[in-house]
Amino acid sequence: MLKTFSLGGIHPPENKFSAGKKIEVLPVPAQVTVPISQHIGAPATPVVAKGDLVKVGTLLAKSAGFVSANIHSPVSGSVLKIDDVLDPSGYRKPAIFIKVEGDEWEESIDRSTQLKKEITASSEEIIKTIANAGIVGLGGATFPSHVKLSVPPGKTCDLLIINAVECEPYLTADHQLMLEKGDEIMVGTQIFMKALKVDKAIIAIENNKPDAIKHLQSLASSYPGITVEPLKVQYPQGGEKQLIDACIKRQIPSGKLPIEVGAVVQNVGTTVAVYEAVQKNKPLFERVVTVTGKSVTKPSNFLARIGTPISNLIEAAGGLPQDTGKVIGGGPMMGKALVSTDIPITKGSSGILIIKNEESKRKPVQNCIRCGKCITVCPMGLEPYLLMTVSDKAMYDIAEERRIMDCIECGSCSYTCPSSRPLLDYIRLGKGKVGQIMRSRTK
Amino acid sequence: MNTLTISPSPHVHSGDSVKKNMYGVVIALVPALLIAFYNFGLGAFVVTATAVISCMLFEHLIQVYLMKQHTTIWDGSAMITGLLLAFNIPTNLPIFIIVIGALVSIGIGKMSFGGLGNNPFNPALVGRVFLLISFPVQMTSWPVPKNLPFTYTDVTTSATPLSVMKEAIASGELPTNVLDQIPSYRDMFLGLQGGSAGEMAGIAILLGLAFMLFRKIVTWHIPTAVIGSVFILTGILHYINPMMYAPPMFHILSGGLFLGAVFMATDYSSSPMSKKGAIIFGVGIGVITVAIRLFGAYPEGISFAILIMNAFVPLIDKYIKPKRFGETPAFAK
Repeated sequence: MLKTFSLGGIHPPENKFSAGKKIEVLPVPAQVTVPISQHIGAPATPVVAKGDLVKVGTLLAKSAGFVSANIHSPVSGSVLKIDDVLDPSGYRKPAIFIKVEGDEWEESIDRSTQLKKEITASSEEIIKTIANAGIVGLGGATFPSHVKLSVPPGKTCDLLIINAVECEPYLTADHQLMLEKGDEIMVGTQIFMKALKVDKAIIAIENNKPDAIKHLQSLASSYPGITVEPLKVQYPQGGEKQLIDACIKRQIPSGKLPIEVGAVVQNVGTTVAVYEAVQKNKPLFERVVTVTGKSVTKPSNFLARIGTPISNLIEAAGGLPQDTGKVIGGGPMMGKALVSTDIPITKGSSGILIIKNEESKRKPVQNCIRCGKCITVCPMGLEPYLLMTVSDKAMYDIAEERRIMDCIECGSCSYTCPSSRPLLDYIRLGKGKVGQIMRSRTK
Repeated sequence: MNTLTISPSPHVHSGDSVKKNMYGVVIALVPALLIAFYNFGLGAFVVTATAVISCMLFEHLIQVYLMKQHTTIWDGSAMITGLLLAFNIPTNLPIFIIVIGALVSIGIGKMSFGGLGNNPFNPALVGRVFLLISFPVQMTSWPVPKNLPFTYTDVTTSATPLSVMKEAIASGELPTNVLDQIPSYRDMFLGLQGGSAGEMAGIAILLGLAFMLFRKIVTWHIPTAVIGSVFILTGILHYINPMMYAPPMFHILSGGLFLGAVFMATDYSSSPMSKKGAIIFGVGIGVITVAIRLFGAYPEGISFAILIMNAFVPLIDKYIKPKRFGETPAFAK
């Protein structure tokens, strides 16, 4: 009996068309657009100006606080301008435009492919290197990684969990990374363990990736302290709270962080980035992106430089199909619908999903029939039907009391609702309001 | 360049729909319907057809001409109300009474509250109880099963096992002696007993339940809580005083208990949303049913029990919350 999380969950069709497709290196584009806010927290402060020459790996923007991240140049060339651009969030935000000239890397970066197993850096040095390299959670949440590694005083960490669940349908970037960069993942995991001063790590993988489980299990035997845990396929297992519950049956209390139960979770893609940063001195300026969809002619996994327009990736996957209705940045459950294909990929871009026109429209909304299925599937044990009503009717006191802020926005309720009610849309609105009210109270 | 659709996540849907759930219930009702046709022939057919057609017609008329909405009669819910109303009345009931029952079910029980999903009480039971109070004689004389399949109102009638038991106990007979005068448990389970059109055969209803569980239309909580609590409660009473109270097997196999527990109490709109709430609701129905059957004036009490518990649903939903994530202190250092 495989482990999974305790409450709710759904199993949407997996549609992993790009599974098993080798990671292809995408050609460097003619121009890149690098947003200065690619992470949760304060936008970085640009340290380059128009006309500056940069190399691959040159610092473009400096972290502006503890919860923030450095941004490095993904290409070599000259800075054209710093201007607002539409980013995957749908808002116009400042970005650094660079005209590409050649592909010259900073000399400090070790470009050899040889595996470097020995970890010489100390715990503090590791955390500092990770912060300098601008590494954020590559699963999509983009939370700066060094913050998670800095255990607050009074708390202790006894376990590291590597999130290799990839529970979103369609996406395969992490899966492919595990098949091709298994050793790097192992060393990266050991780097995390050293930084956190823990001797145990679990790499959690859903059971729909048996090849990755087998591969990492065979490697894990030569890396002490690391175990591979196959999990039952169940969405949203990649949610931090659900993953910790699934692996070690510890539930994070409402409003608290994983460290409360002694665990730190890091994404598997982040683990590879950390290996490269600590062992090869390579900052984060490229990532693996899945380009997929039912109508895509060549579903692929690309290694792309940050700032590449997504239209370049779509072209490389066979072009934008005629009947495209929606382009999503991320997976179908939690990804964001993009307004245009000119948007650049960022550190959080795990996938580009193309949805056909006929599947891009929602079905008409019907009355709530009180079937209770939204409660059954909610992984947080909430009452989505009620939260929708009280958000709509502006009854925020009840929304707060019924724990609206616990919602992880996984979308299981909206996915399941037989009446196609936009439950999560309303819950998001309610969360925004309740959050405001709560913050005003503490001031 | 195509115009791209923008909407918040999730961007996929399970494909589940109101129709799929409602027609699933209709399919689950088929075995009981077939037993009804087998037992009561023409009468069962006339009653079912009248109830279903008039329920759908009334819903259509009220929706289009009074509420000025688009008709939703094809979503299957009016059909279910019609079927359940037919299942809850004797098969020799005159057509005009059935039509009144349908009007009360749909008009008062459902549409006056705003239609699908808004009715606090089970519409079919509202209609049934209205008829029981208004036409007590016609509503409590049931045709003898498998007797003249091509007759309708002009049939020999008999009492149900429950009313035989109730009268016998009232006149001082031992419950165990009465068991000889009524069909055996096996016959009762297979549907060879007097009663309303769809309530006799436990086996047919359990088949329907299995189908609904498989299709995830309902969960096990309400049916189990209702049947289990009736079984346990009547079992305790029978153990304490077998001279006064019939054995528990008799109580769960007779009357409308299975039909009520599986199809009437599980009505989405008039039952609680949470699993814990569903159990409380089911146990409440069981307790009230036993109270009415053993201590009340009517031989059968499941309809009243469900309606009474329906009234408690808003209260249950307010105070019984689902198990929240992180509530159990799983980790202490």
